[in-house]
Amino acid sequence: MKTFMLGWEFPPFISGGLGTACYGLTKAMDKLGIKVTFVLPKGTGNPAGSVKTIGANDVRTATPSEQFTNTKFRVISSNLKPYASVGSHEHNYSYGKILLEIPDIGPMFSPDNYTGDILAAVSQYAEKAMMIAGVEDFDVVHAHDWMTYPAGKAVSCQNHKPLVVHVHSTEFDRSGEHVNQTVYDIERMGMHAASKVIAVSNLTKETIVKHYGVPSAKVEVVYNAVEHNGDGICHIPAEKKDKIVLFLGRITMQKGPEYFLAAAKKVLQVVDNVKFIMAGSGDMMHQIIELAASMGIGNKVLFTGFLSGEDVNRAYKMADLYVMPSVSEPFGISSLEAMDRNVPVLMSKQSGIAEVVTHALKVDFWDIDEMANKMIAVLKRPQLKTNLSKNGFHESCKFKWEDSAMKVKNIYEEVIEQAKSKEKK
Amino acid sequence: MASVCFYFQVHQPQRLRHYNIFDRGDNYLDDYKNAEICRKVANKCYLPANKLMLELIRKHKRKFRISYSITGVLLEQLERFAPEVLTTFKQLADTGCVEFLGETYHHSLAFLYSKDEFIEQVKAHRQTIKQLFGQTPRIFRNTELIYNNGLPPIIDQIGGFDAIIAEGADHILGYRNANFVYRPPTSTKLKLLLKNYRLSDDIAFRFSNRDWSQWPLTADKFASWINAVNGCGNVVNLFMDYETFGEHQWEDTGIFNFLRHLPQAILRHPDNNFKTPSEVIRTYPPVDTVDVPYTISWADIERDLSAWRGNSMQENALAELYRLEGKVKNTENAGLIDIWRRLQTSDHFYYMCTKWFADGDVHKYFNHYNSPYDAYINFMNVLDNLDRSCSEAILKKPQRIYELSAERQSKTSNDNVVNSLCFSERT
Repeated sequence: MKTFMLGWEFPPFISGGLGTACYGLTKAMDKLGIKVTFVLPKGTGNPAGSVKTIGANDVRTATPSEQFTNTKFRVISSNLKPYASVGSHEHNYSYGKILLEIPDIGPMFSPDNYTGDILAAVSQYAEKAMMIAGVEDFDVVHAHDWMTYPAGKAVSCQNHKPLVVHVHSTEFDRSGEHVNQTVYDIERMGMHAASKVIAVSNLTKETIVKHYGVPSAKVEVVYNAVEHNGDGICHIPAEKKDKIVLFLGRITMQKGPEYFLAAAKKVLQVVDNVKFIMAGSGDMMHQIIELAASMGIGNKVLFTGFLSGEDVNRAYKMADLYVMPSVSEPFGISSLEAMDRNVPVLMSKQSGIAEVVTHALKVDFWDIDEMANKMIAVLKRPQLKTNLSKNGFHESCKFKWEDSAMKVKNIYEEVIEQAKSKEKK
Repeated sequence: MASVCFYFQVHQPQRLRHYNIFDRGDNYLDDYKNAEICRKVANKCYLPANKLMLELIRKHKRKFRISYSITGVLLEQLERFAPEVLTTFKQLADTGCVEFLGETYHHSLAFLYSKDEFIEQVKAHRQTIKQLFGQTPRIFRNTELIYNNGLPPIIDQIGGFDAIIAEGADHILGYRNANFVYRPPTSTKLKLLLKNYRLSDDIAFRFSNRDWSQWPLTADKFASWINAVNGCGNVVNLFMDYETFGEHQWEDTGIFNFLRHLPQAILRHPDNNFKTPSEVIRTYPPVDTVDVPYTISWADIERDLSAWRGNSMQENALAELYRLEGKVKNTENAGLIDIWRRLQTSDHFYYMCTKWFADGDVHKYFNHYNSPYDAYINFMNVLDNLDRSCSEAILKKPQRIYELSAERQSKTSNDNVVNSLCFSERT
């Protein structure tokens, strides 16, 4: 079985869960023997010139061959970038540390930038993808998130192969009420053109059915997983005096940073020896720093900016509690990562992962009192922390990319079968 | 000849309301939820089951006999939320065919933590049963059938009891079976009635299970299993939650019809009869001693304490709760002592069980919390606030009384040292 995969993030060049998910899924599909051609945009145009671009050859040489034996990477030069942010997340995988500074395309919700440059890049990506597809052989097209949907549809039509679109997030997650109509239209077009839509959670499936008018039967849920680092023991630096509550993610409306601060303020009324670390960057970063100061807790909230590689692991290891207060989180891989690293997790109920994880604390993102109540409980009660981290670690081990890949494989088989029977008619 | 001895456990906890770290005040119970569940269970189980039991006793001219153990915390709730249930229990008591057993008023784990508190709760329960039903319990059953060799001496010390009910766990019986009266090695007077867990669980757990090879279970089929006991036992002890009828097994499973036909199916064999626990021990002498050095219970497949003391959150919550005993009693404030006792109900700790949580099973069904972690957080918040209230109450107490109670306090703590010796880890 051969798949033509269209993505726009791949480690180490990632800004969120999408790249992590594409990496984990592709690696596991590779192991299942599925031949993958992965088409990626090439990050270019950084004025500072510090950008390392990743070309097909680079990836091949940078990647240990045992990780990808059936996968071929094809790179397109375009300015694709899913989320606007000051920096971007880079995770350190075994094949080296390379930091990608994706050029800033300006505030995400500015319609000019969002539509102008990005849309040009999207269509450019689609054109190039069609050219690559012209010389590739495959059975199915798999497009990850809206920027690749036009390419997915075009390739699907050109090569007469069924399309699967994989929804890692929707415009409603990213923008809340202020939906960008053009992006929404592209998403809708992609979902309707596809033979099957893969959603990362039931929460996302509901959005797809409710807001995009896709029949429920056409949407399959395939949960994400986590790359287990195999490190079951939590190393806490001995000199640590303060407890640490960690927020790790883009500092943007979708991730609920202001709810985190409001809860932190309440926690500090009860617990003194605690610091709140906000790791990440984003369009709300300056606003949140100012908010912390004006709330009078500026000395208790630390901003690390964008963390990369080993620093991410260090942040998890220092943390007594990981909080994911997302307003809308299609899945939430970072919570699984925290659990995998023995960190207790408090996650918002408005996340896909909250559907499937049991050994974590859950709260409505807007329920500040309850969020603080649970934060305090973890900080004050060692037995709670121990049970959460121990059971959470075991639970995270149940999430395997191999299982997700197997489900995707089944979906491929189904759509290929469908396409064949249609052809006969 | 086989006697069938039915004992039904009747209990509903008083659930705590959501209580966060910022909450103050001594309003800890979720009256709305407690009333709602109490009425629901009354309508689905207590009322129809009581009505049926009454019918069966009359129909079989007093040959059908049963026993109940009703907790104090449920009796209080019935009085407030479903008084008609109490009336029907009183009618059952008046038939003379129904025996009421003794237990801790608060369905607590006090036996494992504080002998003094345990004795007080057993006495309080006995008094309540006497007041309501006009009979004094002679048979003791501990919370969740928690039992070890240490229990009989304490029951002897309280006095007035003839036997204790316990789980017929395989590992304490060995080659023997539960269908005889036994005695503990630690008491000369008391006898032991052990649950026949296979036949009990056939009704309580497997009745509606369509994957079970014996499904559907009919009264005749069950009676044939009772008949098969003839010759290798005197008594079949069928001990189960009363909520089996209509709540755990819903009416549409046919559980009430099964019960309706069971007495006549069993009595069809001339050697069979029904007996209350007191009648059983009067009729059959103990055949052997059963040694139980390790604590057993009737819970889960482990039949141990792991449902309440299986993780460190549960251990911590229980330790902190009983650590407060001296302080709470020192306040001599009836309200504070009362709420402290309500916190002892074993269900609060059952909610914190992580054993099977991820697999979703029976533990989840009875749990109004979203997770065991939420249960622990909530309980500890309540306990923290109670602790604070106790400190305030002690400060407000006039000095003279304070000195007196300080003496008592030191006496209690001495007792506690003794207790902790007798009650040292048996698990």
